[in-house]
Amino acid sequence: MNNEQTSAITKSNFSSSSNLKKYGTLYALIAIVVLNCIITPNFMAINTFWNLSIQVLPTILTAIGMTFVISSGGIDISVGSVMAISAVMSGMVITEMIPALGTSVPMAVIFALFIAAVLGFLNGTIITVFKIQPIIVTLILYIAGRGIAQLMNNGGTIVFSNNAFTKIGLMRIGGAVPIQLIVIVVFVFATYYIFKNTKFGYYVQAIGENGEASRFSGINTTKVLICVYVISSVLAGLAGVFEASRASCADPNSIGAIAEMDAIAAVAVGGTSINGGKAMVIGTILGALIIQLITITVNMNNIPFAYSRIFKAVIIIVAVYAQREKRKS
Amino acid sequence: MGKVNHMDRSTLLELNKITKAFPGVLALDQVGLKVGYGEVHALMGENGAGKSTLMKVLTGIYKKDSGQIIFDGKEMNFNSSMEAQLSGISTIYQEINLIPYLSVAENIFLGREPKKVGRIDWDRINREAEAIIDGMGISLDVKKPLNSYSTAIQQMVAIARAISVRAKLVVMDEPTSSLDEKEVEVLFKQIRKLKSQNISVIFISHRLDEIFEICDRITILKDGKLVGDFNIADITKVELVSMMIGKDATDIMAQAHGTYEAKEEATILKAEEIRDTVKLRGVSLEIKKGEILGLAGLLGSGRTEFAKVVFGDNVHHEGTIDINGKPVKLKLPKDAIARGFAFCSEDRKVEGIFPNMSIRENMTIAILPKISRMGIVDKKKQKEIVDTYIKSLAIKTPSPEQKIRNLSGGNQQKVLLARWLCMEPDLVILDEPTRGIDVGAKAEIEELIQKMSKKNIGVLMISSELEELVRNCHRVVVMRDGKNVGELQGEALSEKNILTVIAQGGMSDSFTAAERSMNNEQ
Ligand SMILES: Nc1ncnc2c1ncn2[C@@H]1O[C@H](COP(=O)(O)OP(=O)(O)OP(=O)(O)O)[C@@H](O)[C@H]1O
Ligand SMILES: [Mg+2]
Repeated sequence: MNNEQTSAITKSNFSSSSNLKKYGTLYALIAIVVLNCIITPNFMAINTFWNLSIQVLPTILTAIGMTFVISSGGIDISVGSVMAISAVMSGMVITEMIPALGTSVPMAVIFALFIAAVLGFLNGTIITVFKIQPIIVTLILYIAGRGIAQLMNNGGTIVFSNNAFTKIGLMRIGGAVPIQLIVIVVFVFATYYIFKNTKFGYYVQAIGENGEASRFSGINTTKVLICVYVISSVLAGLAGVFEASRASCADPNSIGAIAEMDAIAAVAVGGTSINGGKAMVIGTILGALIIQLITITVNMNNIPFAYSRIFKAVIIIVAVYAQREKRKS
Repeated sequence: MGKVNHMDRSTLLELNKITKAFPGVLALDQVGLKVGYGEVHALMGENGAGKSTLMKVLTGIYKKDSGQIIFDGKEMNFNSSMEAQLSGISTIYQEINLIPYLSVAENIFLGREPKKVGRIDWDRINREAEAIIDGMGISLDVKKPLNSYSTAIQQMVAIARAISVRAKLVVMDEPTSSLDEKEVEVLFKQIRKLKSQNISVIFISHRLDEIFEICDRITILKDGKLVGDFNIADITKVELVSMMIGKDATDIMAQAHGTYEAKEEATILKAEEIRDTVKLRGVSLEIKKGEILGLAGLLGSGRTEFAKVVFGDNVHHEGTIDINGKPVKLKLPKDAIARGFAFCSEDRKVEGIFPNMSIRENMTIAILPKISRMGIVDKKKQKEIVDTYIKSLAIKTPSPEQKIRNLSGGNQQKVLLARWLCMEPDLVILDEPTRGIDVGAKAEIEELIQKMSKKNIGVLMISSELEELVRNCHRVVVMRDGKNVGELQGEALSEKNILTVIAQGGMSDSFTAAERSMNNEQ
């Protein structure tokens, strides 16, 4: 076969349907943005963009963690509860409820992330060593975690006025760009780089594709999977800290509520297969933006909140339908 | 689907000008195929020639771009393999597509379960499955899940399923690639039975002897194009190979096995009295640097199980393993890899490929630790390795970024071989290395194995083809019922002698005195 022929075939076969599959998430995002420009008052302003990046941060962080987990063939539904625990932990350090630790902002952040890491380590260890399904293991933490967060402060909200800590979430670079946007950019690039260029990234995806073959290829699947659940938890912890800092309080009942569902939805809409394998990092980010924009649309147009769930469901159905593996070609 | 009148009455299947393109690949270019009633028709061609694609177009897995399918006098366009089956085409696909965790019996009757008052009649399923399996001369428990059996047995179950469907045509895409002589014989008996009932068979295999033994006619494809069709009686092996690869094949056909020149006596691997709870009942053997050691034995003799113990996959075993003279405890395959071992599994689908990952990723997954620094992969080196092996193993693909699942079976196998060869290991265990690989590429791979031996790499080779062992190995250990029962080398290393040892379960008097004394020393 000569080259001209080959390229002709290539062109004719990348038809519109495969384009839809490839860029479907992007089209959906554009559609929602356009819709908002039309119906939402004052949508087209730079402030909307800054606010969006502030509000979307927790979803993006947890969705990135979820991308690691889902790519490895697992699932983590405990991230919302981990967010709550970390938020309460940081609040307890800041308000000197644990005198022994003293009060300092770095301490608060470190302890919040540390407790998250421990929880992720437990998830990963139980999943790999005792060979219990991820959905069961993380369900346990999903149920127990919020209870623990409530018990840590006897069910109450921790309100704090520590300036230094609340400043983190309100920080603006150059008076305009919210710190959250910087965090998003850094984490997105790092994650993209990890999946494209590092051994760890390849291993995560390989385990999700075929665990048995991974083992035979010399991958220490236990170690890699534990790391994956630690990453997911720590990112959730970081999301919790940002939420607490921005709100100047840590409410164990509301922080991270349905965060796990938004994260999973973002990953699914973004095109990473729920069966594991290839991680679609950019897709996940677009997915997170879509999910968040739906919430914003609903809020800003005084539509009853319940509708946002319906819209999210519709988006998930459409996205997953567009991306389904076609059996025939 | 109108009647086609002009067709001659002896033809069951006629494919006309079938064309099928994938992104970057014209897999079939106006290919034709004619199969008569009761005819066993061989479909031959190199890896990636388009054989499997043609069969998948026929059975409705792929939609053809153009062309015509006439089956039993009618023009047909199947939309699924189930439709094809209902019309009388039963298929064994190259990659076993049964359901691993269902029982053997369930797999045989999947999709056509006998019912009794609306409910599945389990007793009948198990009874009839047992009868079918018995009729094929295999002994297994039909109630056990399919994945508790080896690749070869699973293949036999797929065959049992296909021939127990009432069909007019049975398509067999490389049914014998994991079978050894005895099972092939069983299969051929079944094929002859089909033939006597006027049922036709399309038979794909890279083993020439099989083609000449069982087939009546042959169609040859090359690079997605039809080369021609012939009566088997009118064509010789050399001609056939020449037409498949498109050049003179005399030198490929004449390959001599190397002799082991013991440059260095150092032993890489010494395994003693390896036992496990299921199969192995005491295997002992030694491999020296640069030696190619073959493992022969019947299906279920424990060859693969032994290889997996050596590779650290099975921790539940007794016995000792010494690597380079030091005793080791291997907990995971990664421990074996760290000590310079490589293992190319026979089970491509389960233990080999990452289907949705690229050729590049599949080929370099095991070597990543060696080509990364601080966890970051050296992409340049990665690309070098991939390009080198795509070229040296002639892997047919439009790009290294192609998903491995889109390669032909033989080309997938080449990628997996490359995964281990590129490691430059000290010892490489090859379990059915040439499974599904065409004659030309096979010669290249065998040459590579000889080269490894010259570079002092030890090779442990398992193959269901005795001819391949005899041609390649310096020494062959024969296993039976989980034990090593004999050993052959030098002049005594022949197919006939291996078979004798297998049959007698030990060495006989017919071997030379030297061989005998060596055996006694064990
Ligand atoms: N789903 C697919 N997507 C893209 N390319 C494909 C796909 N299936 C097959 N091909 C390509 O079509 C060509 C023919 O493949 P096919 O599997 O028919 O070969 P084959 O003759 O069966 O080879 P083998 O002897 O290795 O099994 C190959 O180049 C292969 O890479
Ligand atoms: Mg094939």
